[in-house]
Amino acid sequence: MHEMSICEGILQVMEEQATAQQFSRVKSVWLEIGPLAGVELEALRFGFDVVTRNSLADGAVLEIIEMPGTAWCLECSKSVPIRQRFDACPDCGSFQLQITGGDELRIKELEVE
Amino acid sequence: MSQSRMVQIEQDILGKNNQYAAANRQLFQERQILALNLVSSPGSGKTSLLTRSIDDLKGELPITVIEGDQQTANDADRIRETGVSALQINTGKGCHLDAHMIGHAMESLQPADNSLLFIENVGNLVCPAAFDLGEAHKVAILSVTEGEDKPLKYPDMFHAADLMILNKTDLLPYLDFDVNKCIEFARRVNPDIEVLQLSAKSGEGMDAWYQWIRSRMV
Ligand SMILES: Nc1nc2c(ncn2[C@@H]2O[C@H](COP(=O)(O)OP(=O)(O)OP(=O)(O)O)[C@@H](O)[C@H]2O)c(=O)[nH]1
Ligand SMILES: [Mg+2]
Ligand SMILES: [Zn+2]
Repeated sequence: MHEMSICEGILQVMEEQATAQQFSRVKSVWLEIGPLAGVELEALRFGFDVVTRNSLADGAVLEIIEMPGTAWCLECSKSVPIRQRFDACPDCGSFQLQITGGDELRIKELEVE
Repeated sequence: MSQSRMVQIEQDILGKNNQYAAANRQLFQERQILALNLVSSPGSGKTSLLTRSIDDLKGELPITVIEGDQQTANDADRIRETGVSALQINTGKGCHLDAHMIGHAMESLQPADNSLLFIENVGNLVCPAAFDLGEAHKVAILSVTEGEDKPLKYPDMFHAADLMILNKTDLLPYLDFDVNKCIEFARRVNPDIEVLQLSAKSGEGMDAWYQWIRSRMV
């Protein structure tokens, strides 16, 4: 359940940004999360509601942009889609894959007032 | 009425932890402290491995230990019985140590320069994978009673570790645990992972672990 600490991290960033960018309320939050980030999205949504209660983001809408998992297949010499770390290349079946994307865990933007 | 507007953030959510971890890593480097972050499911034998290692190595190296558990000081007490300093961190509801906690622990523990620092993380094969503590290596301990498929079920942890220790090998005769298959699964999620097999109970295989540590002390 480290989704709780992740939500606390999100709240902390929002509070810092509220001072720096002068806003008092967050209406929506866009996150970018890859399938390799090790985050359970349902747990994250639950944690977000709990952690933001009575904060500047109380009731804010959480929008999750699911990023693609990608890897470079050494056999095929091309980029292929993956869903988890131990996936084989969907084209040739090789496990010689270098992960190139999918571990994102980022706050992209906020809608504030 | 204030109007709503968009604010670009583009920040890594774990960025704070990563900054603390970078600071810890720099401190460890400056003071030549080898920090090993021991991660595993509950009961794989982390504390047993540590107490035995400390008994065998404390004559040649200064050693300190940070113990992470949700509750109790049992593990730090077990470590202190070996005669080295240990600091217990109770994470309460938290399921992992973070880099900020380690930074604070360093202030009170004050490990010597050129020493070995063991960090026993909270028993949990999921969450500690996401939190860099600034350690030189994550060491994943898997006991053979847990089944050989754990590297595939918890790929993030075995991906993040540089070394996998298969512990409790004294029990292999009583189990169907397939060692080769387990190693193959671990290499599938992490082609570079090193593997050691040992028993913290019988002592079999411990020498290779000590060699692994010695070769990383400068
Ligand atoms: N047979 C056998 N038992 C072991 C071995 N290593 C540890 N154990 C036993 O496994 C149990 C758990 O050991 P601990 O060292 O407390 O495990 P841990 O990983 O520190 O546990 P937590 O900190 O609670 O996650 C104890 O009963 C140990 O005696 C081993 O090599 N062989
Ligand atoms: Mg323990
Ligand atoms: Zn391929």
